[in-house]
Amino acid sequence: MIEFLLVQTLNGLSFGALLFLLASGLSLIYGVMKIVNIAHGSYFMLGAYIGLSVILRTKSFVLGAFAGGLAVGAVGLVMERGFLRKFPLRALPQMMITLGFALVFRDLALLIWGGDPYTLPCPEFLKGSTQIYKIIFPIYRLFVIGVATVVAVSLWLFNDKTLIGAKLRAAVDDHEMAGGVGLNVPLISGCMFGLGAFLAAFGGVIGGPIFGVYPGLDFELLSLAFVVVIVGGRGSLKGSAVGSILVGLVDNFGKALVPELSYFTLFAPMAIIVAVKPKGLFGRD
Amino acid sequence: MKKGWLMICLGIAAISLIIVPPTAVFAQGKGPIKIGFISPLSGGMAANGKDMLTGIELYLEEIGYQAAGRKIELLVEDDEANPATGLTKTRKLVEKDGVHLMTGGLMASTAYALAPYIDSKEIPTTYPIMAADDITQRKIPKWIIRTGWASSQPHQPFGEYAYNVLKFRKVSVIAYDFAFGWECVGGFQKVFEDSGGKVLQKIWVPLTAQDFSPYLAQISKDADAVFAVFSGRLTIQFTKQYKEFGLKAKIPLIGGGTVTDEHALPSMGDEAIGIITPLHYSEVLDNPANKKFVKAFREKVKKAASYYSEGTYTGARWIVEAIKAINGDVENRGKFMDALRKVDLKDVPRGPMKLDNYGNPIQNIYIRKVEKKGGELQNTVIHTYPMVSQFWKYKAEEFLKQPVYSREYPPLKP
Repeated sequence: MIEFLLVQTLNGLSFGALLFLLASGLSLIYGVMKIVNIAHGSYFMLGAYIGLSVILRTKSFVLGAFAGGLAVGAVGLVMERGFLRKFPLRALPQMMITLGFALVFRDLALLIWGGDPYTLPCPEFLKGSTQIYKIIFPIYRLFVIGVATVVAVSLWLFNDKTLIGAKLRAAVDDHEMAGGVGLNVPLISGCMFGLGAFLAAFGGVIGGPIFGVYPGLDFELLSLAFVVVIVGGRGSLKGSAVGSILVGLVDNFGKALVPELSYFTLFAPMAIIVAVKPKGLFGRD
Repeated sequence: MKKGWLMICLGIAAISLIIVPPTAVFAQGKGPIKIGFISPLSGGMAANGKDMLTGIELYLEEIGYQAAGRKIELLVEDDEANPATGLTKTRKLVEKDGVHLMTGGLMASTAYALAPYIDSKEIPTTYPIMAADDITQRKIPKWIIRTGWASSQPHQPFGEYAYNVLKFRKVSVIAYDFAFGWECVGGFQKVFEDSGGKVLQKIWVPLTAQDFSPYLAQISKDADAVFAVFSGRLTIQFTKQYKEFGLKAKIPLIGGGTVTDEHALPSMGDEAIGIITPLHYSEVLDNPANKKFVKAFREKVKKAASYYSEGTYTGARWIVEAIKAINGDVENRGKFMDALRKVDLKDVPRGPMKLDNYGNPIQNIYIRKVEKKGGELQNTVIHTYPMVSQFWKYKAEEFLKQPVYSREYPPLKP
């Protein structure tokens, strides 16, 4: 029994770690710009595809992860600067633009990489499994938990301890007032959007050896990312972290214990949390 | 004045509709024989769908798109592995393009979705891949025959093999949670338990699963073996994670035919070595027809030949033999359908095959074990069950009295 709990907890954490990379950007983008970004799952998928191409050519996983992240981060920046900027704070046109981009990305990926499913090669030194207590667990999944922890701590330090972070928080808290006291809110927004896209794509490459990459991955993960954001609270970094771990664990234990009800076990707690705290666990106005 | 013009235009349009007959009427002459083909060419199942398309194209190229003195035209549509889309595209092929025969399709659910429509339109149809059991068992359509297989067909003899030869007594099952998975598992479980074995548990995994870890942790430690049924990306991920979570070292892995099929095998690593599965095909079958097919296939698309491509390649041969038998008179649908039922082939890549009275092939079932030869993984045949029927050793009438294999049938024994 302890073995079962341990292995499922580790699984839940590694899944939650990937969700955090995806959802933290989604949450921050909503927090700063109030944009519901339907294309966020596409960043994850595109990142994995680009990462795959780079890894196959250079044989370097690290290079692949950063190339995927940076390329898609640039795409995010262009999307914000070139398109979304034209409709500030208008939820519906912005959402439709991101939906349009999501569909374009989907077809583009199909055109470039075809429909075959791929698994990203796991870096050589992280291959294999290790024994923890009595269970055998893949080393790579522990690595994923580590990476997400490092990203979460850096984001927290950045957000809470630096001047740019303070400006960012000001923009989240009160968009107009922040602009009024002389902060360049559009610039902060653009960088935020690029960073969110970078994190999602980076997560796509990191998740690649586990999930693989295939057409349809984008929308499958998008719904889970939205659950994280809704549970954790929009615009809150802490909320994304707690929400990701919660959703990762609930999803894993749900599938393991009552596989027939695995959607119910995920969405029922979400409905309850939203009913009790409409802003999510750590959400503010 | 404007209104008058509109009326005239509408009038011309109406007249032209009457005097210009639709294309279907043209085809009644000695135009080309039109074959409608659907398979998923986009989405998660596109790899299998493309293998299917290459298979049928390969055979038609061999005969120069010509049979019984008539040209053959292949009309291709993408069904996105979605039964509703498959039906829409089939309608388009039948009603707009006026095809003489329909073939293709991948998912078991599509097989059931198309059947009522095909029967209502009386279009001769073959299923080279779609394996849904009841299409040739309890809900037999009049206008469909199968040149592929029934899902449970290879897995029934495999149940006996697992008990008698592999000496497994207790097996855990992990499989796809839809008709194809249920039927493969059902066939295996029925015969394995009739032989004396016991299935300990059945873990059902949705088609949309991204990760197997929550399911792998449920596998019972008491199992002598694990029987798995997946395909495509899921089988690649499953075999990989089965090893990563330390199970491969503890419990031998056996499975359904698609688990190690050549559409996925080249994407696997050494974790696949040793997996034993049954199917009516293996790329390394040692006969001249298969050698010729594999060589041509590998030259055409630079990848391994899967059962999907052999299925449509042999399926195309089957259709062409029927066309020859009736001298190309495909407009006579009843005659065409009868001819399709009577084809009997001895020299196709998979070995000899002929149809039973229910429209399903009787053919060899090969028990294959994954080995690495010359740096490449392959399905080495370790045993052949010759000319296996979809009813295995049971009497058809008795067999058909039990319900179709499903999530609940056969139930787990207490």
